[in-house]
This record gives sequence, structure tokens and C-alpha cells, in this order.
Amino acid sequence: MTFVLAGGPVIPNFGSGSSCEVNNGWFCTEWVRQHWSDTLQPALVQHIELVAIAVSIGFAIALVLTLAGFRYRLLDPPIGVISDFLYTIPSLALFQILVPFTGISLTTVEIALVSYTLLILYRNMIVGLRTVPAEIVDVARGTGFTRAQTFTRVELPLALPAILTGLRVATVSTISIATIAPFVIAKGLGQPIYDALGQGIFKTEIFTAGGMVIALALVADGLLVVLQRALTPWVRA
Amino acid sequence: MPGQAAELVFDEATKQYSGRSDQAVDHLSLTVPAGEICVLVGPSGGGKTTALRLVNRLIELTSGDIRIDGRSIREQNLVQLRRGIGYVIQQVGLFPHMTIEANIGTVPRLYGRPRSWIRSRSQELLELVGLDPSYAKRYPSQLSGGERQRVGLARAIAANPPLMLMDEPFGAIDPIVRARLQDEFLRLQKEVRKTVVFVTHDIDEAIKLGDRIAILRKGGQLAQYDTPQAILERPADEFVAEFVGRDRALKALALHTLAELDLGPPRDGVQVSRTTTVRDALALLIERHAEMLAVTDGDGRVVGSLTKDELLA
Repeated sequence: MTFVLAGGPVIPNFGSGSSCEVNNGWFCTEWVRQHWSDTLQPALVQHIELVAIAVSIGFAIALVLTLAGFRYRLLDPPIGVISDFLYTIPSLALFQILVPFTGISLTTVEIALVSYTLLILYRNMIVGLRTVPAEIVDVARGTGFTRAQTFTRVELPLALPAILTGLRVATVSTISIATIAPFVIAKGLGQPIYDALGQGIFKTEIFTAGGMVIALALVADGLLVVLQRALTPWVRA
Repeated sequence: MPGQAAELVFDEATKQYSGRSDQAVDHLSLTVPAGEICVLVGPSGGGKTTALRLVNRLIELTSGDIRIDGRSIREQNLVQLRRGIGYVIQQVGLFPHMTIEANIGTVPRLYGRPRSWIRSRSQELLELVGLDPSYAKRYPSQLSGGERQRVGLARAIAANPPLMLMDEPFGAIDPIVRARLQDEFLRLQKEVRKTVVFVTHDIDEAIKLGDRIAILRKGGQLAQYDTPQAILERPADEFVAEFVGRDRALKALALHTLAELDLGPPRDGVQVSRTTTVRDALALLIERHAEMLAVTDGDGRVVGSLTKDELLA
């Protein structure tokens, strides 16, 4: 009798299916075709959701922290230290800490994922803003921009390359980290990998799901590069 | 938007930084008549840039006052005040993320001018500062240092401010381009007639550009405020004399062109245009080991002559 996670997708049965599956071959295209719609595709969609929620919330929080740390320099060191600290907590340990409070839930996973994005996003945003050349801010103020106009029309746009670079790194790393979600809830591309490990290491499923994680990371990064170029045309001028 | 040139008055303007015993600017009083170029010059630590930045309140006065057309800067809304003053700095400070057109249109946009107005104004200004109108769609990184400073100048005058502050605008530009920019700035000033406060540490630049020169010494004290001619001929004290240099008599020769002198009858000699400065004409005579200049008009016709003695008389 094999161990099956509650609510887990269909696990290949070594006793039936094609000879490739039975012999646990390196890659069984037949299995992928059969289980794309009931296992792989849903896992991919869930994975994208996990990452999108985490990065969006992380971006919003980091933006607020950046505004605070940029406006009030005294706040920068404590914000930096806290986001550093969050980043260093091992994810499994963080799950252990969170479960008593937020339960076996999506919230638990997202709290962990969000906390890993903060360091990268905050650091890039604040450095991007701080490295806007002083003479440019001087001219903006000297020609009659209000403080708010200086921020929205000069400082923020000039920090955009750094901010978007942070977004890329945070997105790609969250796509990778999100594969640990199944330790809490059965969601994302981590689930088929987890299942395949439980099934005496079913190679096809591990390679397929793992490959999809990598592909997703590459595609997301590519899309963000396109966005970056569209939003910052002056960088390559 | 603002209009004609304004009179600028420094009235006992003083800046003292907390925790320092000496003043950065010490009871500076001077009047810049409307439409004139006043050059602030002096050694570093003389408070030139501080004095300039007091005007647009990037630095706030400790005591005293500064008035533009009789209105104290203290009474004016900070943002409105700055929008009415053109500001040019050495590092230019073009906004790298904006096209040249958007850079030039910075202040008009703050005034709410429509895009079409800004487009035609920037075309006009690019031509005025000697750049091809096709530059409008480029980004600052695609321009040379000299070109960027021209755009910086165009940006500063785009909203037609009555007063311009220029902080060593040509300081980071190589000597050949700098001389050309100085000439073009003077030509431009003839057209636009702004009141200009111009900071430099280069006395030659001050003499060339200034209608009046204010020489500041360490501690932000005004050593002398006068026309270039008067400063070269009658330096107020030892400090000014030393600052303008031992060759001040020669420098004074650069203030006049041959056209201003009484010419003798046309004679043979070293040909030289009458728009040449006396200093350059003298240099030419020395170089050619000659005694006689044949002065020509714009068409190259000899219209008169000058001997070396007449030149120096």
C-alpha cells in the first residue's frame, strides 16, 4: 500500500499503465499527456496564483516601507534588519511557527512567501531612490517642483530600473520557493513533485513538474524584462 | 507666465550655518539692474554658490533680504518663486528619463501649458541655443556635454523667467567649446535680455560675460562690485588686485575692440578685422614682429590703420 497525501492528484500506479510507467522510465510522454489536464495544468495555475498573490502583496508592503524609509531615514535601518531577519528564517521553520496562528491554510503559505520577497524588493527600491543623482533633485526643486512632484516625476521614475530589477529577482525566487507550499496545502507545482517523491521517485512527474517551474521562472522573467524596457526607454537610449 | 527682466537687490543678505562662527555670506548688499549680467566670482569658500542659492531659496537667509522687482523673496510662495527663476547648474542636471523636448518643457508643464505649445516652444528654443530641432525626441544620454548644457540653458529660459541663476554652467566643458558657449550665451542674452546672476571661479570668464562683477572673499564678504573695466583699472584693494591677476592691464585690453578706437588712414600692415579685441590685435603684432595693423571691415576691405603705440594709447 502506498502513502497518498490527502486530496493529492492521481498517482501513477506502478502495476498498471504503459510499460514506461511500470518501469519508471526517464520520461514517459504518454503519462504527461494523460495527466496534463487533471494534474499538471491545475498545479501550474495554482502555482502562478501563489506567486502572483505573494509578489503583489510583497510589492505593496515594500512600497509602503520604502516610502517610510526614504522619507524618514531613521526608519531605514530597522526596516532593513527586519526584512533581513525574515529572509533568513528557513521556510519549514516558518511554517511551524505560523500554523498555530493561521492554520493549515493558504494564508500561512502566503505569509512565508511574502516575507521572502520583502528584503529583495525593499532593498532595490530604497537603493534606487537613494542613487538618484543629487544634482537632478536639486534642479527639480530649484525649478519649482513641489516635494510630491519631485518624488513622482523625478525620483520614482529614475528609481524604476532598480525597482523593476528587484521585482524580477523577487518573482523568480518566489516561483522557486513556492514549491514548498505542499508542506502546508496541496497547491502548486510542488505538489506533483512531492507526490512523485512519495511514489518511490516517479521520474517523469518530477522532471515534468520541475521543468515547468523552471520554464515558468524564465517566462516570468522574460515578461518582466519586456515590461522594464517599455517603462524605462531612456535606459537603452 | 513671467515676462521681462527684473531688478535684483541683495540687501544685507547673510547666511550663517549653525555651529559655525564665520558667515557663508556676510551682509551682502548689491543691486543687479534689470537685464544685466552680474558675475559672482572669488576663491572657493567665498560663498558665491551660497549667495546664488539664497535667491531661489534652496538655501534660506539667516538675516537680511533679497528682493526681485521690489518684492521680498521671503514673502513669496516658494514654488511660485522658483518657477519664475531660470536655474542652470554645472552638472546641467537634465532629467535622464525625459526627452530633450520634455526637459525643455519642464517649467511650462508646471504652469499647465498644453503639449502642443511645449512642442513648438522647444523647437524654437533648440534653434535659439544652436541645436537641430531633431534633437527634441532624443534623451540626454545621447548628447555631448556641450549640447546638454545648451539644453540646460533652453530649459531655464523656456518659461521666459525675468531672472536667471547660473552656477558655473560652463565649468565642466572643455575650453574650446566653453569659449563658443560663452559667445553664444552673450548673443542669446542680447536677444532675451534677462537679469542674470552668474557664478564662476574663472576671472577671465567673469570679465568676458559680466556687465558687472562682484568679487567675494573668504567669509562671504563683498570685496568689490563694479564694471569689469573699473575692477581691472581700479581694484579696490590688494585682494582684488591679486585675484584679477598681475596681467590685469592686458585683460583690460580684451574689453575693447578695434572698432571702438580712432583709426588712422588705411595703410599697409597686418590685416585684422575691426571686431578683434585690442588684446588679440596686440598679440598678433607681437607674434608677427610687426608695428602696423591694417584694420578691415566685415567685407575684408581695409578701412584704417593702427600703430602699436596707437593701439596701447
